[in-house]
Amino acid sequence: MLKQVEGSAAVAEAVALCRPEVICAYPISPQTHIVEALGRMVTSGKLAPCEFINVESEFAAMSVAIGASAAGARAYTATASQGLLFMAEAVYNAAGLGLPIVMTVANRAIGAPINIWNDHTDALSQRDCGWIQLFAEDNQEALDLHIQAFRLAEELSLPVMVCMDGFILTHACERVDLPAQEQVDAYLPPYDPRQVLDPADPISIGAMVGPEAFMEVRYLAHAKQQQALELMPSWADEFRRIFGRESGGLAHAYRTDDAETVVVALGSVLGTIKDTVDEMRAQGIRIGVLGITCFRPWPRAAVRQALGNAKRVVVLEKSLAVGMGGIVANNVAASFAGAPALVHAVIAGLGGRAITRRSLHEVFGRAAEGRLDAITFLDLDQALVGRVLAREREQRRSGPIAESILRDLGVVAAKIG
Amino acid sequence: MFQVRIHGRGGQGVVTAAELLAVAAFREGRHAQAFPSFGSERTGAPVVAFCRLDDRPIRLREPVMAPDALIIQDPTLLHQVDVFGGLVADGYVLINTTRSFDELGLGEFLARFRRERLCTLAATELALKHVGRPVPNAALLAGFAAVSGRISLESVNSAIRERFPAKVADANVAAAAEAYDTVRRGMREVAHAEAG
Repeated sequence: MLKQVEGSAAVAEAVALCRPEVICAYPISPQTHIVEALGRMVTSGKLAPCEFINVESEFAAMSVAIGASAAGARAYTATASQGLLFMAEAVYNAAGLGLPIVMTVANRAIGAPINIWNDHTDALSQRDCGWIQLFAEDNQEALDLHIQAFRLAEELSLPVMVCMDGFILTHACERVDLPAQEQVDAYLPPYDPRQVLDPADPISIGAMVGPEAFMEVRYLAHAKQQQALELMPSWADEFRRIFGRESGGLAHAYRTDDAETVVVALGSVLGTIKDTVDEMRAQGIRIGVLGITCFRPWPRAAVRQALGNAKRVVVLEKSLAVGMGGIVANNVAASFAGAPALVHAVIAGLGGRAITRRSLHEVFGRAAEGRLDAITFLDLDQALVGRVLAREREQRRSGPIAESILRDLGVVAAKIG
Repeated sequence: MFQVRIHGRGGQGVVTAAELLAVAAFREGRHAQAFPSFGSERTGAPVVAFCRLDDRPIRLREPVMAPDALIIQDPTLLHQVDVFGGLVADGYVLINTTRSFDELGLGEFLARFRRERLCTLAATELALKHVGRPVPNAALLAGFAAVSGRISLESVNSAIRERFPAKVADANVAAAAEAYDTVRRGMREVAHAEAG
């Protein structure tokens, strides 16, 4: 059914259609409207049987999800930003134990300084934790990926993180096609756990494993993710058969066939990039874009195939490996078997900085002309940075950077965007 | 694509206004995208929300920097925020105020825009009269429908009825009806004045 709703509301509906049995969440910022809506559905009896557990922290949220999943329940939670970091130890445990928990991460920046806005630093900080990580381009895909996530998680007995841009998607009210319960039931069979804690048939989960077998356990985690790479395209096909639309899969190429320059990105910025690519194509520039839906496991073969003929690749990412450069760019560069194409990292949109078509035109244009540096910080205020550096040279006690930079900037309330 | 920017203060329902407009467009079978300018919203702080309308799916995620229409819920923002920033040359302006553009000190500035696309409306007063609370959204959206013709009054009413319980919706629909008539009357007067 077509509906015009907020992204969070759409995802809450999709999660409910997946018949979760335990939802746990810590009800404080950073949290999303998703669990608020699910909480209301459980209270009203619309979502049953399901237990909604208010926990005392994000660490507890993931711990409860682990317990529920190990006991054989379909478990779901959501978090963002510092909340994800606070649950990090349990996030690794969920993956290490092979428990098929599904979690939404409404992507936001990580402090300090405090910043509640969107970027991908939170999810990418957990890229090596063993969870599958999927990134949604729009709210329809966010909704669809949650349905696919439960199937993927339970089939492989691995947790799945569905990443959607905080605010930009979670708070955007746009058209979505909400599937019928019968469609979701046809795609997602009841949870049949590979391991279950049952008092009538006691086992232990999470025993100590020493040097004699730890490598093998870790290898199997890696092998399972490689298995996911093989299975995901066929599950996306099945999704299309049942739901009648393309969603999910590993990566999506747009106008890349004869492209000399290919832009790679994750998440909602792909929409703005596609509009920019269309405008540049109209000017005769051979440019295309590759959207990465599945970030973990990294779809190396799909990336290599899509970028094979490109002269240069521009990875536009909302994340920064401080002291190194682009995280996604590094993954892209590592995907080439032989001679790699020129891979440029463009760090953009950190802490909610708007990514505009105007800026994208400029930076992609520079790339197409072969004038782009290895790393670019999009729309960086060089003068502002220069003033801080000058102050640090001039005086020993130069003070906290964030506060002095705000003083330099003056009142920003009058600015739009 | 038609882009609307709505300015108000936290608590006035700026985000709701953008969402109602998106739902109204959806009811007409069109594509719409409403989203707030994200911030730590506090009661009384300047808030901006955006709404894009189009006949095809909307992919763009940048803030609306060159709006085709401005809806200003709170005229005290005029001196605090660059509300007119980027407004296109033939754009629409709707301000919630009991005063005229001249009384607001905007007469000279707005002279460069098309007069029949500029409108003031005492939306808060209409809300107090019909709803009993200072919630100007319904009246402003109806006023926008009247001045721009980009959305029908029926679709605005339909969005209001989807969002609010019947009694609250009825009161808002009444405010919308009076707002629509008021703006249409004002537009006829402008047309007469310009013709005469």
